[in-house]
Amino acid sequence: MRVALAVPCYVDQLRPEAARATLVLLERLGCKVSLAFDAPCCGQPMNNAGAVADARAAATNWAASAGVFDVVVMPSGSCTHHVRHHLPGLVDNDRGNHAAQVTFELCEFITGPLGMAHLPGRFPHRVAMHLGCHAQRGLRLGGSSELHQPVSGPMHSLLCGLEGLTLVPLDRVDECCGFGGSFAVGEPELSVAMGRSRLADYTSHQAEVLVSSDPSCLLHLEGVARSPLVLSAAKDLRTMHIAELLEEATR
Amino acid sequence: MSAGHPEAAAAFLNDSERAAWHDQALWFVRQRRDRATDLPEWEALRDRAAELKAYAMANLAGLLEAFETRATASGVTVHWARDAKEHNRIVFDLLRQRSATRVAKSKSMLTEECQLNPYLAARGIEVVDTDLGERIVQLAGEAPSHIVLPAIHWKKEEVGTLFHTHFGTPADESSPDALAAAAREHLREVLLHADAAITGANAMVAGTGGVVICTNEGNADLGMHSAPIHIVSVGIEKIVATLDDLGVLLRVLARSATGQPITAYTTHITAPRPGAEMHVVLVDNGRSARLADPEFRSALHCIRCGACLNTCPVYRRSGGHSYQYSIAGPIGAILAPAVDLDAHRALPFASTLCGSCKDVCPVRIDIPVQLLAWRGRIASANALPKGYAAIFARLGGIVADRTRFESAGRWARRALRFLPPALLAGRWNPWTRAGRELPLAPAQSFREWARREGRVE
Ligand code: SF4
Repeated sequence: MRVALAVPCYVDQLRPEAARATLVLLERLGCKVSLAFDAPCCGQPMNNAGAVADARAAATNWAASAGVFDVVVMPSGSCTHHVRHHLPGLVDNDRGNHAAQVTFELCEFITGPLGMAHLPGRFPHRVAMHLGCHAQRGLRLGGSSELHQPVSGPMHSLLCGLEGLTLVPLDRVDECCGFGGSFAVGEPELSVAMGRSRLADYTSHQAEVLVSSDPSCLLHLEGVARSPLVLSAAKDLRTMHIAELLEEATR
Repeated sequence: MSAGHPEAAAAFLNDSERAAWHDQALWFVRQRRDRATDLPEWEALRDRAAELKAYAMANLAGLLEAFETRATASGVTVHWARDAKEHNRIVFDLLRQRSATRVAKSKSMLTEECQLNPYLAARGIEVVDTDLGERIVQLAGEAPSHIVLPAIHWKKEEVGTLFHTHFGTPADESSPDALAAAAREHLREVLLHADAAITGANAMVAGTGGVVICTNEGNADLGMHSAPIHIVSVGIEKIVATLDDLGVLLRVLARSATGQPITAYTTHITAPRPGAEMHVVLVDNGRSARLADPEFRSALHCIRCGACLNTCPVYRRSGGHSYQYSIAGPIGAILAPAVDLDAHRALPFASTLCGSCKDVCPVRIDIPVQLLAWRGRIASANALPKGYAAIFARLGGIVADRTRFESAGRWARRALRFLPPALLAGRWNPWTRAGRELPLAPAQSFREWARREGRVE
């Protein structure tokens, strides 16, 4: 399958490993991956902060880039959510709708269009899974406790299929990590407190690895874990993007 | 003024042990809600509840008039109040004409919204809140911190100390049973000898002209059955068309609020007690204006169950008072800006948009969408909380263009890699201020790598 890889702005700059792992993984799964997707940002950071005009400019750019592709894959649930749910409203022309239809989050792309519920691979570790809120309650890429649904969804399925992997149980299976875009800098004390709660949940269940399909959640949680103010157990937690984990497990 | 939500939240979190306790206390209520709502028909009930509220709002005028006609026919006097001021004056006039000076009030978020207590107190009328939680915060000189659990931020030992001062309970008494008994004795006195009873209402039924009040303590009933005059203060959005509709709301209300199948008391009042008076004050106070705004209309569907507060990771860790509005939490954050955009402009930003509120809301209000819409309105009114405009407007200019984006990214990564941390992580930097390290920046971006690999020109 021919796909374009759209790398979110902050992943390009701050977590290029996640983008590289996505590329390697997709190619390993038989995709022909184009890196010609040019627009740097879908506009979410500005939209989230109320700066709608700025968001519109970025989103219009993004939709134009998406216009020439039939499938666009993003290693981020949150950005995919913004593209699917907000681009049609932000972008004046029909490209917003096109972008919304052809853009997939990495895990949903693997289990959906690629049709692989599991990947052959091995990852013998205790793993805590964090599904970003926009992936979960926006894209519905996982069951929600509010709706009395079990933990589930594409990322869960891919993780469960790996040999040797133990998903640790959590006290709060789907609580927000506190990143929240502009919230992280607008309400830093709350943001960090929420991050600490999540980390305590992971470490109290002896997780070795924290995995998420949202690099922004990871950026935040990793920053909180590395702070000298946080319990030492969290420092041993290896934070991985789902692409990094799947790439390593399927080598 | 709730421009200072981040500051108030930071102060609340300063006592980290207390903040953790508060978080867990509310999470416990959320879990009770999860169990009580785990019914096969739950999602269908939410659909139905959302529909019947939408119907009521679409037919508001007609339903209110039907209610008034029926209520009047059974001897109730119906008053219309355009705003809080009119409401307070109507209530005061009713009390003054009857020389009432002691009022027993049961729980009503509307009277909080209208600030009725201080208004009456300033005019020589003593109002005693007879709901236990409300009485606690009233004795302490505070506002409720939660729409259903007004004193949820109080520990039982602290209530013990408060009651020791006011009711003379033993100094170290903190058993909930003993404290409740002391409160009951005190409140009985108030309830039995009040000159007037004021209650809120959970619903009005257009089809019957009746008012419905749900409590767990029975205090509303004691008050209205003892006093010679009963005044119901109610927002106009509380109307439903029929008893069948009411049945749906009653099924979702207590399950969502406290995880009970139904409240201990559900009282239907359709007429005054023989020899007594009953008045219903219908209050608009901005509701019609909200009805006229399609983007925010569905906020009027709220039945004040509190589920969105209990589930909100921000509310649980910042406490109700941090919102500095009579209704805290996610629903407060979308109601308050309609009342005063400038004063409450921080509230729509006091959310990660995690969406949990929308999934517990029994009437399916899409709170995150409205939070985001308020952010847009606040930005276009040039009222963004400090910091936001500067950061995100600049970001907009950068990420819209690849060349600018790449050079800004390169500089930012260099700064992260080579500048001394003390320079980057000062008090001024909200990313690091509360205990969060800056990202470890890579030498090259993904694009730079791809270019070097010849994968992109
Ligand atoms: S918005 Fe929904 S969940 Fe929140 S108090 Fe109102 S009805 Fe309950």
